[in-house]
Amino acid sequence: MIRDITLGQYYPVDSVIHRLDPRTKLFGTLVFIVSLFLADNLAAYAVATLFLAVVIRLSHVPVSFIVRGLKAIVVILLISVSFNMFLTPGTVLFQLGFLKLTWEGLKIAGFMALRLIYLVIGSSVMTLTTTPNELTDGLEKSLGFLNKVGVPVHEVSMMMSIALRFIPILVEETDKIMKAQMARGADFETGNLIQKAKSMVPLLVPLFISAFRRATDLAMAMEARCYHGGVGRTKMKPLKYARQDRIGYLVYAVYFAAVLAVRAVL
Amino acid sequence: MAIRAEHLNYLYGAGTVYEQYALKDVSFQIQDGEFIGLIGHTGSGKSTLIQHLNGLLRAESGALYYNNENIYQDGYDMRGLRSKVGLVFQYPEHQLFEVDVFSDVCFGPKNQGLSKAEVEQRAREALIQVGLDERFWQQSPFELSGGQKRRVAIAGVLAMQPEVLILDEPTAGLDPKGRDEILDEISALHKEKRLTIILVSHSMEDVARYADRLLVMNRGEKLFDGPPKEVFSHYRELEAIGLAAPQITYIVQDLRRHGVPIAEDITTVEEARDEILRLLG
Repeated sequence: MIRDITLGQYYPVDSVIHRLDPRTKLFGTLVFIVSLFLADNLAAYAVATLFLAVVIRLSHVPVSFIVRGLKAIVVILLISVSFNMFLTPGTVLFQLGFLKLTWEGLKIAGFMALRLIYLVIGSSVMTLTTTPNELTDGLEKSLGFLNKVGVPVHEVSMMMSIALRFIPILVEETDKIMKAQMARGADFETGNLIQKAKSMVPLLVPLFISAFRRATDLAMAMEARCYHGGVGRTKMKPLKYARQDRIGYLVYAVYFAAVLAVRAVL
Repeated sequence: MAIRAEHLNYLYGAGTVYEQYALKDVSFQIQDGEFIGLIGHTGSGKSTLIQHLNGLLRAESGALYYNNENIYQDGYDMRGLRSKVGLVFQYPEHQLFEVDVFSDVCFGPKNQGLSKAEVEQRAREALIQVGLDERFWQQSPFELSGGQKRRVAIAGVLAMQPEVLILDEPTAGLDPKGRDEILDEISALHKEKRLTIILVSHSMEDVARYADRLLVMNRGEKLFDGPPKEVFSHYRELEAIGLAAPQITYIVQDLRRHGVPIAEDITTVEEARDEILRLLG
């Protein structure tokens, strides 16, 4: 039941995109997001669509899997689209009471929807093709310069990877606890809000106790292996740019130039 | 007849890349009052199977009958089933949550909607049945030892007065004395209360000693189903799937190879002792 939730969803296949350095993918996502905000006409979106389609194709992740991620933003999408459609002043196409559907509104809403959808698809392509550990490694390395201004980059990224690592464990644990309590006749579904909140107690108490126990165990295990933070720590697999990453950056440059050019010309 | 399973199939992660059979065409029957030992390697589908028996998991296909009623038919009372088929999970930490042992054991019967007096009566009986000393009843369950926690967990299910009691490795992580005590109490429940018991175990010695019949699971399929003596006569096949026969069976086999005319189908130390004494005259 609860196992069906896909969090930190990585899609384990082998592809060019999967093999790219996480920094390359992080930077690429950033470039893509910036380009979406710069693009303001159909031609520019056509370039973005082409770029996205090629990346998805290369990633070997099924499109249906990517589209599933859009479910989360359906509500936001509907609200912002309808607000823009009806509340933008301009040439009125259709009137329903005080709501005026305008041509300008339709245009803005359309671009807005595209932009939101592409934002989500673009970033989910990154999370689907990069393991959480690679991602935090990439972030740690890319943001390494913040160390100089006193930000503990390594510690923060270590906390992030531990947190990500624990999500599936705790999800599984929740599943087991729910089942153990259901076997004793617990009911997590029916009842009003207060009854439901109360029925969470037999679930949350064991879950918290187990989370704290796991945290102390992990801290102990890390100390037993002489972990003492980021200073002087080396990596078993240091991130290294390869040929495909140089090609990647080149592709970004071409893509970004294309968006800018299309924007300037049209 | 208590439980009848027909061609159960269950898939983990259906529709994703991680799709995998956890149960494959599993059929069996369990009669009232039997003591079943369920054995199999880690990941063989034992835990998945027992969660089907009280309706926590639902098979993709196949049918499951409890007292000749199909539990997958519309409107079947699943919560009622769960109080008749009591399931004790492996880790007591997954179910203990109350401030003291006694209230924790009350949780099950309270969910059955019984009166306060009845709930407390049942909790008392259950705690006495599992042999937990009364001085622990008002303590926090988290301060108890592993064996005591296990007893509280079993009492928590017993207090619902189930007809079938399923225990998932109730002796894992216990010392030999604690293990024998728990198993003897389970055996007493079987003999005195006529409970149907399904014991999931990794210990061939334990199931050989207590179970009337063994079910052996391998990769989601039922491999053997029969009395311990018959199942352990297949010890070569059992070894191939990461299991084994009780150690005493190997000693008996070695003795036979050395020309001692000892009976072949010995699975417990007591039987071996009697047989050797008989041979010595």
